[in-house]
Amino acid sequence: MRSARSLLAATAVLALAAALTACTANNPPSNNGAQNAPKVDGTVTVFAAASLKESFTELGKRFEAAYPGAKVSFNFGGSSALAQSIVSGAPVDVFAAASPATMKTVTDAKLTGEDPRVFVRNTLEIAVAKGNPKHIGGLKDLGGVKTALCAKEVPCGAAAVTALKAAGVEVTPATYEQDVKGALTKVELGEVDASLVYRTDVKADAAKIDGVEFPESAQAVNDYPVVSLGKAPNANGAAAFLGYLNSMDARRVLTEAGFQVP
Amino acid sequence: MSTPRTTPAPHPRGRRRPRGATRVPAALLLPALLGLAFLVLPLLGLLIRAPWSALPALLTGPEVWQALRLSLISATAATGVSLLLGVPLAWLLARTDFPGRRLLRALVTLPLVLPPVVGGVALLLVLGRAGIVGRWLDAATGITLPFTTAGVVVAETFVAMPFLVISVEGALRAADPRYEEAAATLGASRLTAFRRVTLPLVAPGIGAGAVLAWARALGEFGATITFAGNFPGRTQTMPLAVYLAMESDPQAAIALSLILLAVSIAVLAGLRDRWMSTP
Repeated sequence: MRSARSLLAATAVLALAAALTACTANNPPSNNGAQNAPKVDGTVTVFAAASLKESFTELGKRFEAAYPGAKVSFNFGGSSALAQSIVSGAPVDVFAAASPATMKTVTDAKLTGEDPRVFVRNTLEIAVAKGNPKHIGGLKDLGGVKTALCAKEVPCGAAAVTALKAAGVEVTPATYEQDVKGALTKVELGEVDASLVYRTDVKADAAKIDGVEFPESAQAVNDYPVVSLGKAPNANGAAAFLGYLNSMDARRVLTEAGFQVP
Repeated sequence: MSTPRTTPAPHPRGRRRPRGATRVPAALLLPALLGLAFLVLPLLGLLIRAPWSALPALLTGPEVWQALRLSLISATAATGVSLLLGVPLAWLLARTDFPGRRLLRALVTLPLVLPPVVGGVALLLVLGRAGIVGRWLDAATGITLPFTTAGVVVAETFVAMPFLVISVEGALRAADPRYEEAAATLGASRLTAFRRVTLPLVAPGIGAGAVLAWARALGEFGATITFAGNFPGRTQTMPLAVYLAMESDPQAAIALSLILLAVSIAVLAGLRDRWMSTP
């Protein structure tokens, strides 16, 4: 009796699911090449660098709108920490890192489905308080004010070292922050006068801080590679998300966020 | 002072009690062992996966010892500040009665539940260079706390002091107030009674609280990196060094953790008999 009833319930659920899938199939996503691609549904797990947070959150919404039935679940963090957790066996479909060096951790472990592709580039800017009260014009002015840099272990810190070297400037910061958002917060709260952060971070926080561009940033361009994982639990979803990153729609969102899209 | 010498000692150091009375019920033993394994196994994992052969090379850098020294100094200083401010606070909560005392107690324990990073931001908002109090401090004295070793001590005290307050308050509540009353009837002022009667009475509780606070301060990460930042030799304590090593070299992070672990075990084991009441 009980089993008969549960069987009935299960059939009903299946029928409903079939009807729902039929509905979505009638409503093909508007993106290029998605019509004939394998069906995309379920959760797509994306590990992405902290600096991608704003733009990827937006892209995730648009992706879900384009692929009803698919859901994107993000984990934003320091690229190195994300790479470590992927190597430790985290079930991930797509990994977007803020530097080739952190991506190398994952490719060296032979965990990637294909070769990583550089999908955006990011440059540094000097973040200063609104109105630039200390009149900071370039890297050479950082020696005289209280500065926050990213720790050299994380990509934004490595880029800062390169840029400062290119400018021939030595800066002893008040602090080496553990990620770029930490360096940004310290400026926002007025605890330091300046910090070296990504151009995209300045754009995302434009209401509270100003950015100062400097020529040496061209020497310290950060490539962001993205890749799908070989053991992706949702391989179709991973492929669709990578495809979507290449779409005009996604490129526009990324450009607006301040990234250079190659 | 804790146990009178005249007490018969049928079970020295708590072992070898009469049989039957001490048979451990399986319903308690099983979860107890499971709990023990749960706490100890991750530490064992750290030991097993430690890069023993590379250890000397990983640990000879001056930054390691700098970080360890800073950790020990700042945790001890934070414990000192916690004792100076926390014991009187615990006394106030346990021995006086005023409206809003319950609320006050809840506020005191708030740092226990607050994510330490939030605690760090809160400290910045108040004591930072642009903070409510910090701005005034900067203007009056030129002192700014963030990014200094003093800032590390402030952050660690904020997180660790509630442990001490709770422990001492518990000890005060368990202590018999009649001793203090007797002292008062003999003419001692309330301060004298506190100093000469109460303090010795709750010394084990203070000791236990101090050890807890020290251990918490030693492991402090979130509030420290948020409020005091991260600069080698000045504000980079061991947990910060471990976190950053984890970003680039997990082997080095494990090696650093081992050092912190060894020092903590040595200090806690050394203090246990002296300070903590172990009936």
